Amino acid sequence: MALTPVTPQTPGFTAAASAAVGAFFGLFIGTAQGSGLLGILIGAGLLAVLAFVFKTIVKQEKPARLAMLLGFGAVGFALGGVPGLVVGALLGWFFGWYIFFVGESRYRQTLAPYLTPGQVLWHYTFRVICGAIFVFLITPILVVLPLSFNAEDFFTFTPEMLQFKAEGYSLKHYRDFLTSSDWQNSLKNSVLIAPMATILSVSFGTLAAIGLSSEHVPFRRAIMAILISPMIVPLIISAAGMYFFYSRIGLQGTYLGVVLAHAALGIPFVIITVTATLVGFDRSLTRAAANMGADPVTTFFKVQMPLILPGVISGGLFAFITSFDEVVVVLFVGSAGQKTLPWQMFTGLREQISPTILAVATILVVISIMLLTTVEMLRRRSERLRGMSPQ
Amino acid sequence: MKFTKLTALALSTAICAPMAFAADMADEMTIVSWGGAYSNSQQKAYHEPYMEKTGVSIINDESSAEAVAKLRAMNEAGNVTWDVVDVVAADAMRLCDEGLAMEIDPDTMLAPAPDGTSAADDFGDLLVSECFIPQIVYSTTFGYRTDLVGDTPPTSVCDVFDLEAYPGKRALEKRPINNMEWALLCDGVPKAEVYDVLETAEGQERALAKLDTIKDSVVWWSAGADTPQLLADGEVVMGSTYNGRLFSVIEEQDQPVAMLWDAQVFDLDGWIIPAGLSEERKARALDYIYFATDTQRLADQAKYISYGPARQSSAPLVGKHEELGIDMAPHMPTDPENAKNTFLYNYEFWADYRDDIDAKFQAWLAK
Repeated sequence: MALTPVTPQTPGFTAAASAAVGAFFGLFIGTAQGSGLLGILIGAGLLAVLAFVFKTIVKQEKPARLAMLLGFGAVGFALGGVPGLVVGALLGWFFGWYIFFVGESRYRQTLAPYLTPGQVLWHYTFRVICGAIFVFLITPILVVLPLSFNAEDFFTFTPEMLQFKAEGYSLKHYRDFLTSSDWQNSLKNSVLIAPMATILSVSFGTLAAIGLSSEHVPFRRAIMAILISPMIVPLIISAAGMYFFYSRIGLQGTYLGVVLAHAALGIPFVIITVTATLVGFDRSLTRAAANMGADPVTTFFKVQMPLILPGVISGGLFAFITSFDEVVVVLFVGSAGQKTLPWQMFTGLREQISPTILAVATILVVISIMLLTTVEMLRRRSERLRGMSPQ
Repeated sequence: MKFTKLTALALSTAICAPMAFAADMADEMTIVSWGGAYSNSQQKAYHEPYMEKTGVSIINDESSAEAVAKLRAMNEAGNVTWDVVDVVAADAMRLCDEGLAMEIDPDTMLAPAPDGTSAADDFGDLLVSECFIPQIVYSTTFGYRTDLVGDTPPTSVCDVFDLEAYPGKRALEKRPINNMEWALLCDGVPKAEVYDVLETAEGQERALAKLDTIKDSVVWWSAGADTPQLLADGEVVMGSTYNGRLFSVIEEQDQPVAMLWDAQVFDLDGWIIPAGLSEERKARALDYIYFATDTQRLADQAKYISYGPARQSSAPLVGKHEELGIDMAPHMPTDPENAKNTFLYNYEFWADYRDDIDAKFQAWLAK
């Protein structure tokens, strides 16, 4: 969809724009090789020359881009073996695409014709910044995933791994997780505690949200603030307080104590999501149900609950993840018998840096992604049902 | 009304299930230790035979690193949940002084040696506190990367301070203990006078000045697992850590690392029983201690980890590594070949000067 008719750029402009990108990547590669400044200069110079050559001499796009891909891949292979080949080929493909993207003014094509050059620049800068933030957020997770398949017992990318050799990888840390009694006990505890805490959070949180959403409740804001407070008060304060309180009443070091503590942490999430769903709930429906002779309990389960269910479920998922990921409170309120997965990971990381933790982390990341995908799908469904979404 | 029934069922499960779990606590005991390979060796050498013998089930808690703080909190809350705690000797002394650990009479509460020698004589000088039953002798010493030190591997602890011969980062523990002694030793103080010098403010300045010469090349560690990871990564050329950790890196993980035993610092690790246990739990804890610190059990632990057993009568019984089948004796810090030049952690000195020197060390670190 070409919005704007374009004319190709001059070789000089293309070379300058390519030099900027070359300098950017040169900085990283140069730093990795020992000299960032040298990397910037070489990267900028190389890309400027290539762009100039493509604009003035070669001019045909397909062969030029193929040559870039193969050339960079070959240089990468010569310098760094298989990993170098992959990185080099990716860079070559990207540079080839970029030179023609700039050189043929394609970047201008999809934008409105009346934009000034400054606005066009900002349009792309903005996307680059967003991409950089995304990379910043996701990199730690991306590093953990391959390391969890490490064949060695350290958090190290071994030479074998970097050369993509099969012997550098193994599933032994996953096997360790599945066979070690320490990990299995903590998994069992987590799987036991989190759903119970979730059920309590959802029941109490939903009731509280419904109560607080009706106008005639006195001190609504104050009550709301108190119920939300576990989310705001620093966790370590709640944990220390709970430790001394639970010790006195005999709940410290019991499953019930941990479940109650986690339920208290989960309730705010349920209240917030359910309150938000209730904003869109039409009260006249409950009155209509009452008019037809339904008692409040029937009304709740037959009319109100199905409509606010997406909010309840997403609140429940947040409560579940809170309990499943929680380490501070359980360290205080629990004893070794209630050791949960995060606790085991915490001590494992401190006393013994073993990639088993990474294997567990990978599994948890996958579970979290599945849960959050469910939440998002439910949210979309509820929007669609309420007609807020265009579909 | 299927939905309500389901909810009611779920709710009642949520509330009742924990109580069912709480009920079978009676014949369990919680043993606190350090985790990792060390806990594993105790599990194999002590816990498993004990559980088999008595039917008690043992829960492991890996909280020894914060044992003092946690025991204080438990005492304050009036709810001691630990039965037996593994701590280093210095922590045991502190807990004993504060009345948080119970006193143990070695002659009536511990097993005599097989030849009839009393436990007090068998442990000898290692019974450094009335509340403490020593279990192992471990040492803090250096390991180095064999492939990063060139043709002349380091032979003396002073090579750690020699940036010209061995360029690269070193890992040192983030506390003054041991580092101050090594610094003075390498600054030309004779070994016998190290603590006399370290008592004075000038001596402390002198040690810090020596450490200052390598400060920019130091990676500071605080957990025993840090140095092995750094060595395996090649992030550091050499680093101090516990000798058992280095054994595991070298023999079990097959990394290009070697030991530098020079000026290793011996320390003791052992059991305490928290004060204020109920009679029933105290009897069980004492029964466990009697079993787990006898001559054979201590020798058994050395099959799994390269720490020296604290009883003299155990030393001849130390055999081969359970999985690797190598002789464990040459890997013990107490082996004569390794123990040519050693320190013993100076409990009295550090009890008196720790707070003061800690403050100076931290201030120096922050500079």
